[in-house]
Amino acid sequence: MPATSVVLQARGLTKSFVGHTVLEDVDLELRAGEVLGLVGENGAGKSTLMKILAGVHSPDSGTVELNGEAVSFSHPVQAQQAGISTVFQEFNLLPERSVAENIYLGREPRRLGLVDVGQMHRDTEELLTGLGVTGLRPGQRVRSLSVAEQQIVEIAKAVSYDARIISMDEPTAALAEHEVELLYGIIGTLTARGVAILYVSHRLKEIFRLCDTITVLKDGRQVTTQPASSLDDAELVRLMVGRSISSFFPDPVEGTVVGEPALELRDAGNGYVDGVDLTLRAGEVVGIAGLQGSGRTELFEGIFGVRPFTRGTMSIAGTQVRPRSPRAAIRAGLAMVTEDRKATGLALNQTILDNALGVVRAVFPRRTAQARRDVPGLLSSLEVSARATDQEVQFLSGGNQQKVVLARWLTTEPRVVLMDEPTRGIDVGAKHSIYELMRSLAADGVAVLMVSSELPEVIGMSDRILVMRDGRLAGELPAGSSEETVLQLATGVTVAPTTTTPAPTDAPTEEVAR
Amino acid sequence: MRSRLQPLTSTGIVVAVLVLSLVVGAILTAVEGRNFLSSGNIDAVLTGCSILGLIAIGQTLVILVGSLDLSVPFVVSLTSVVAAGQMAGEPANVVPAVLLALGIAAVIGLANGLVVSFLKVHGFIATLGMGLIISGYLGSNYQGSHGLAPRSFRLIDATQIGPVPLTFLIMLGCALLAIVMLRRTRLGHHLYAVGGSPEVARLSGIRTSVPVIAAHVLCSVLAAVAGLLLLSRLSVGSPTIGSQGDYDLMSIAAVVLGGTLLAGGKGNIVGTLAGVAIFAVLDNVMGVMQVNPFLKDVIRGLVIVAAVAVYAGREIDRRPARFDRPTGLDAVLQETK
Repeated sequence: MPATSVVLQARGLTKSFVGHTVLEDVDLELRAGEVLGLVGENGAGKSTLMKILAGVHSPDSGTVELNGEAVSFSHPVQAQQAGISTVFQEFNLLPERSVAENIYLGREPRRLGLVDVGQMHRDTEELLTGLGVTGLRPGQRVRSLSVAEQQIVEIAKAVSYDARIISMDEPTAALAEHEVELLYGIIGTLTARGVAILYVSHRLKEIFRLCDTITVLKDGRQVTTQPASSLDDAELVRLMVGRSISSFFPDPVEGTVVGEPALELRDAGNGYVDGVDLTLRAGEVVGIAGLQGSGRTELFEGIFGVRPFTRGTMSIAGTQVRPRSPRAAIRAGLAMVTEDRKATGLALNQTILDNALGVVRAVFPRRTAQARRDVPGLLSSLEVSARATDQEVQFLSGGNQQKVVLARWLTTEPRVVLMDEPTRGIDVGAKHSIYELMRSLAADGVAVLMVSSELPEVIGMSDRILVMRDGRLAGELPAGSSEETVLQLATGVTVAPTTTTPAPTDAPTEEVAR
Repeated sequence: MRSRLQPLTSTGIVVAVLVLSLVVGAILTAVEGRNFLSSGNIDAVLTGCSILGLIAIGQTLVILVGSLDLSVPFVVSLTSVVAAGQMAGEPANVVPAVLLALGIAAVIGLANGLVVSFLKVHGFIATLGMGLIISGYLGSNYQGSHGLAPRSFRLIDATQIGPVPLTFLIMLGCALLAIVMLRRTRLGHHLYAVGGSPEVARLSGIRTSVPVIAAHVLCSVLAAVAGLLLLSRLSVGSPTIGSQGDYDLMSIAAVVLGGTLLAGGKGNIVGTLAGVAIFAVLDNVMGVMQVNPFLKDVIRGLVIVAAVAVYAGREIDRRPARFDRPTGLDAVLQETK
């Protein structure tokens, strides 16, 4: 590759919203063919910085130079035309339209005034082939694609603008480990073409795997910009949170007793999972690993009565039950933290208090008064940072929203808590407090069952690891198993360490994990 | 049930239902001792399709873009009286009268579109208001029928090509244009995009107001064409002809019956036409069987609700089950064990 040249230079970017400064005097330098990692806790200003580059916001002060020329964008399209494409965290795709229609939306190729569908499909085909993607048809409706495939369509769309700079906000947040590899491949293709990449992620492993340079933001200020090779995980975490986290995954609280079975499944199955045998004891934290689509969420939905089990038996604390609705499940002592807190976890335009009391009010109305008295204490023990309990949850950061979701369930005093991707898209500090909460729940005799796509999390937090594959439990592994073992069980194939799991870059993660 | 329906698209279902209703209709008509496929009856069914069809095509565009148009019946009435007044029985006035009616409708549609896209008033409210305004104007300026269509204009309704009335062909022509517009023009693609997600459309560089305004203008103009065809049939303008036809709710019902999402972004004209045809066949058969008019409405109502219930059921579970779904009976047996 030729000597890297600076394609984008930002100096002194500052932005405030209603008097609150979210970004202050930040410099940024993107070089052709390089990946710049942007890390920081939620609220550190990463998204604002990306949105300034994307033309969604304009900075209060500071300059952006593209190939040496000063630019300022007032609309996302101007940025795209200048060669800066952004892949936002939320998918910007139309589920009812085809892959090609989504990629060329707003720029449909025309012949004789009419949209040339054939040309559009050929262009799409070419674009996808160029990225090394196979198995996606241009005419396929986006709704029918997996999350990973949708992510690929998003990236293809960004590339189709002939982008010289592509910024990606948490592109792997919704991907399973093996799908992430596909993304790495695409990023490799792009950098080889000389595209500069701005990469935002909470997954440190990815940052070290992909990035040449790392910029750390904290509270809107630039903490440092350094070559990735001069940093390690522990140092990066310390820079991000401003303190060192000695044990990122907390150990069980002393005196935690693993007691009687809290949840038992025998040969349970519904349309999506089958033959599940599982015993979860009070005081245990058990993680479920598996690929996207392996039936982890569906297992939770079976237990929680969303898609009730049609076969087998289930009992809670020794009493046989078969919840046919979430309401029945909650009455039986279950709680479920769902995968998508914005869609199914919270009423976004209601207050923190109303959200925290939502389930109790609906299911245990007589306990509402007591719960209302407990909420403030509960929120402060979860370290929710908010102005007041009457603030609408939509204005909270992802981590704080997730804590409100937890408060909502803890007020019901559950025996068994199901957590589906409990730390998805939240910052390191909030992650840590959720881990601590899981441990303290276990110490109080609650059984915790967690689904996670982040292997370090499953491995670091679980007393036992269950692995799902194709709708069945493929096996159980002890705490602290290696990522390779988990992946082998999840994929059903022996993974050669060179292809999938980069052992050297993993090592530091593991150290932090312990 | 579900597994058999899975491969069918919404349009597939509605066409299947149409075929079913044709067969059942033919049998019921035969039981009454009449011939469903007689040229007179075909003419009656196709004529029944034409007016509602035109309005429903426009309504499809408006619903696809994420809005609604409740002002269509009043546009129908307004254009019929205005054109009739302008024609005043003189053949020479036909062209100016038609242009005037279409122009007024375009302005109404433009106003609807501007209010929806720039004042951010939902189409439901914006066009409800527009409908009330037109209705008030009609009520205070026109009592009873008005004006007269010359014989040459009345011929449009009277002309037939074989058993097919010209009005039906006009409707079909408009439908074809709308289909080409939706499938093969940027405007059409952007209409789906804005209806699916205005934010995604905006981020892709689409001026989101353009499809919204275009859909409203086209919808009003198509309603005006419907008003003109009604004038050709009745030979006089009537200030209540639109509201008598319940074209606002019936057109929305036909669109939804045709598989278009009420929220916008998904649907097509073919489905809508099939929805219109189902209503026309129902009306025709119930007319032949001399069904009580109130019962007619009950049956229409049931059809609409049942159709939407079927679509709603299909939307919920997109993922195919991995393990065979046990039948209801199995589940009950398991339960009692």
